[in-house]
Amino acid sequence: MSGAEFVPLSLTPILIGIFAAIACALPGNFLVLRRQALIGDAISHVVLPGIVVAFLLTGAVTAWPMMLGAAGAALISVVLIEAIRRLGRIETGAAMGVVFTAMFAAGVLLLERSDTSSVHLDVEHALMGNLESLIWLEATGWRSLLDPQALAGLPPELPRLALVLALVIAFTWVFWRPLKISTFDEGFAQVLGMRTDLLGIALVMIAAIAAVAAFDAVGSIIVIAMFICPPAAARLMTDDLARQVGWSVVFATLSAILGYVFAGYGPLWLGGSDSVSAAGMIATVSGLILALAALFGPRRRGMMA
Amino acid sequence: MLFEALTLQLGYNATLVAIGAMLLGISAGATGTFLFLRKRALVSDAISHATLPGIGLAFIVMVWLGMDGRSLPGLLIGSALSAWIGLLCVQWLTGGTRLSEDSAIGAVLSVFFGAGIVLLTVIQGMSAGRQAGLDSLLLGSTAGMLFSDAVLIAGGGALVLMLTLLLRRPMSLVAFDSDFAAASGLNVQRIDLATMGLVLAVTVVGLKIVGLILIVALLIIPPVTARFWTERTEHVWLIAGALGGASGYIGAAISASAPALPTGPIIVLVAFAFFAVSLLFSPARGVLSSVLRHRQYQRRVHLRQGLLALAQGQPIYEGYTLRLLQREGLARPDGVATGDGQARAAKALLDEKRWEILRGLQAHEATAARYDGLTGLETILTEDQLRDLDTRIAAPREIAP
Repeated sequence: MSGAEFVPLSLTPILIGIFAAIACALPGNFLVLRRQALIGDAISHVVLPGIVVAFLLTGAVTAWPMMLGAAGAALISVVLIEAIRRLGRIETGAAMGVVFTAMFAAGVLLLERSDTSSVHLDVEHALMGNLESLIWLEATGWRSLLDPQALAGLPPELPRLALVLALVIAFTWVFWRPLKISTFDEGFAQVLGMRTDLLGIALVMIAAIAAVAAFDAVGSIIVIAMFICPPAAARLMTDDLARQVGWSVVFATLSAILGYVFAGYGPLWLGGSDSVSAAGMIATVSGLILALAALFGPRRRGMMA
Repeated sequence: MLFEALTLQLGYNATLVAIGAMLLGISAGATGTFLFLRKRALVSDAISHATLPGIGLAFIVMVWLGMDGRSLPGLLIGSALSAWIGLLCVQWLTGGTRLSEDSAIGAVLSVFFGAGIVLLTVIQGMSAGRQAGLDSLLLGSTAGMLFSDAVLIAGGGALVLMLTLLLRRPMSLVAFDSDFAAASGLNVQRIDLATMGLVLAVTVVGLKIVGLILIVALLIIPPVTARFWTERTEHVWLIAGALGGASGYIGAAISASAPALPTGPIIVLVAFAFFAVSLLFSPARGVLSSVLRHRQYQRRVHLRQGLLALAQGQPIYEGYTLRLLQREGLARPDGVATGDGQARAAKALLDEKRWEILRGLQAHEATAARYDGLTGLETILTEDQLRDLDTRIAAPREIAP
């Protein structure tokens, strides 16, 4: 395929897919180790009421209010889960189930009750995203990457996700040691004087930011899959946290690229004519990688000699 | 309109849907109880999301065989098969690798759902316009439901409910204490599997009414709500069933009463309303009652400490204690005890002294453990025992000049 076709049509979706996948996989590593993997699931469900409320307040589908609404909803859900867990003395899983289903139901109801026929806002879009439509029409080939005029036409999701990815990387980098210690031995971390509770909240907030930014571009399915599948597969490859994070980044990147390529060109290879959902395919590929790791990963059964 | 809906006067289909939703709610609440008590509530989330690829495949296969792809029985069979595979994957990932159950659940639900979305887009390309029926299974839709589908759902709900009733004894044993159940000769694994089978059946039956994203709410919210009202396993599932049934029935009725009120979300929100009320107002574990209990306890402690201070002639600086003593008529605003106060204070001091003596006696070791600084000893010991204790309190002695 020539650059003239690849750069405008496929480069930006692939890059956005990769950025979203890595931004979710990085905090996912710690969530998986802390047995909080389903926080990602909960957050991506409650994003829907957040964006619907933001839409109702502003009356337009614009990025920043919606991201604020989604982040607000994520925050409310985390607080609610914690409150229900403590006040009702209910285990976390059930408390999460109560909160995210109720908030999602409220989101769907709001969406049905309000007039959104004029704008592109529906449940399917929230689930699947629209990765395929994030094309870069101004580009004419590889040389456009150096052309400021063409660069101005980049889909705004790309710089936004790049920013969030940078934030996530910075967070992981700066708090690497506290995160590592408090994940494996919370008591020891407290003895060292770390505020493990604040760190836990910060981790969830970072995960929520990554989820909301990725959700905007790629839909909630990829978000849940990328929080869990690459880190889980990486965990079956190694006992070393740094290597695990490395593997998870590799797996996330691989899922994004392969998933996009299979979705766009797979049906053509099989004789079909239409492409299939890239978001769904990326999630599927990440699942296949996890399955392979679970079958052949060197550390699939835990500590062995 | 709502009244007509609640009294089943909105036509045959709406009536069947309401009854079906009620049966579904009862069985979901009862079945979910056993999941919740086993602390595996979110496994149902993986099961429900894992139905999607089965629905897609069933559609494709049925079209390929020349049948109508939207036939509900076929779609439900497909969804049950793929949900079963998803459940096996969760168990394989949890048992065969070192991943924890929550990671396995998240992985299965996202990957199966992703694969399902891929299949839906394949179907979209396959024969335009015929996919419309499948979208409705995501969020449930009872509008324009076929009569045969409504019968299927009502019948399925009744069947699941019957199975739940049949299996409730072994399931509650396992949920309450799996070790004990194993020791009394029950096959815990098989019963867990049966529970999962029931969850799967609830999910499949609920696809058309509530939709696969929200069906997990019917399995989780009623049991959690029921837990606020009782401490007994056999009551939890009864209450959960009743709450689930009520949510299903009321939700379906509300949704039938006006346009643009999707059935699934309304049912879930009704269930959540029950939950919110219970969280706030349940007598045993509710927020309001625990606030009241805490206030009462605080009051007793302050009163007791205030009385002891009065008895020993110490000044009271704590404002709340002082106000409390005044309100009870035990002290004057300047902190000096009234006659009543002096009597109660002497009694409190006597109590403390009695406890002090009691703690030194081996024979009363078990009683001594109940000391909390609030209880009067006469509510625990008999009069004889008290008299015996009192003989040990040293009598006032004359002080030699």
